[in-house]
Amino acid sequence: MKTIHTDTVIEAVKQMCIEANLQLSPDMKAVIAKAKQEEDSTLGKQILGQLCENLEIAAKEQIPICQDTGMTIVFVRFGQDVHIEGGGLEDAIQEGVRQGYRDGYLRKSVVRDPLIRENTGDNTPAIIHYEVIPGDTMEILIVPKGFGSENMSRIFMLKPADGIEGVKAAVLQTVQEAGPNACPPMVVGIGLGGDFEKCAILAKKALTRSLDEGSPLPHIRKLEEDLLKEINASGIGPGGLGGKTTALAVNIETFPTHIAGMPLAVNICCHVNRHSKRVF
Amino acid sequence: MEKHIKTPMTKEIIENLHAGDYVYITGTIYTARDAAHKRMYDAMLEGKEPPVDLKNAVIYYLGPTPAKEGQVIGSAGPTTSSRMDKYAPLLMEHGVSGMIGKGKRSLAVQEAMKKNTCVYFAAVGGAGALLSKCIKRAEVIAYADLGTEAIRKLEVEDLPVIVVIDSSGNNLYETAVHDYRITHGLE
Repeated sequence: MKTIHTDTVIEAVKQMCIEANLQLSPDMKAVIAKAKQEEDSTLGKQILGQLCENLEIAAKEQIPICQDTGMTIVFVRFGQDVHIEGGGLEDAIQEGVRQGYRDGYLRKSVVRDPLIRENTGDNTPAIIHYEVIPGDTMEILIVPKGFGSENMSRIFMLKPADGIEGVKAAVLQTVQEAGPNACPPMVVGIGLGGDFEKCAILAKKALTRSLDEGSPLPHIRKLEEDLLKEINASGIGPGGLGGKTTALAVNIETFPTHIAGMPLAVNICCHVNRHSKRVF
Repeated sequence: MEKHIKTPMTKEIIENLHAGDYVYITGTIYTARDAAHKRMYDAMLEGKEPPVDLKNAVIYYLGPTPAKEGQVIGSAGPTTSSRMDKYAPLLMEHGVSGMIGKGKRSLAVQEAMKKNTCVYFAAVGGAGALLSKCIKRAEVIAYADLGTEAIRKLEVEDLPVIVVIDSSGNNLYETAVHDYRITHGLE
């Protein structure tokens, strides 16, 4: 049994919200720098150069990389032998988000009611997904998600007969429709299998997987590589103004599904693919 | 072609801008995004005056992060323009002649742009820290209750943007990707 105080959770969540918005992970930075070297469109190369410069300014001057500092998505993996002291875990996470967005000068982008649209003023509530795991550790992953790209994400309830070609066609259609709206170069997170909501959560989680690792499943890893090539043959390019760098990576997560279906979710993220993790 | 221009965005300036031009803007521009557009639009439909003089004005689709002490503004990149498509033609009727954002525009907006001699620029999406360095002054001038979505008057210096749709209807999003595909044997 391990005891974790809510004050520890609040402080960690606050710091993660701030750091995720100021600095990308090393794998994200590396893949953007590599794309800049390899881009063969003049304007595309210039745009990728601006993105690299933007990352340097953000880190040096502590200005958020993008003004859309996102709605905060939180993945919690909670060990069943962990005891939380000091109050509710959910309240502590929301308080950490509140403090992070206030003290980090991040934008408050959440409205309380989808139709009335009054800003909550502190970027809460965050959307929290819990998973109970064995053992006495807790892991919190913070994902500030921008909505320019979120708006271009799609779910397809494919049929088993659609097969791998159906998956590819749906992903390519999504990327094509996203075009310049999703701030390419993008990262494409895919959830394949499960049911209607499971595939969507998998797609979001796929965005947080290190770009240095492919899928551990050989046929899925090949699908990731093939899709990346096909997306980059679209010519959409950086900023949607032509070039070979439309996507920086394709990450796919899978789950068992029903004999009658093949749910597919495509969660698009821009090049500001942010996440920060702590293990307690 | 690289060009330096100063606001107000007059017809003479706009007629010399072509899709694909890389432009540096200096002068006064205004921010407005979803909520401010809706409020201006509703006011105009009721026959009221908008809170800013829109004649030859440039609207930047932006909701910045808050400024820290000593900063003019926080991160300040463009938001997706298509969400403003419903409102943009009426704003053009009231004098708006330049729009800065990112992403595609509707056919209705493109038609209104030709009719009203208007230009649409893209700024690089996700480069908000870099773009904030070009903003020398920022002041909330209307709808302060909207927070980040309030209308701000900005003084910008050499704000880098690209002409995506010019007043003749040429659209770089269509031509640039098409040209890239042709020259790289992807068609």
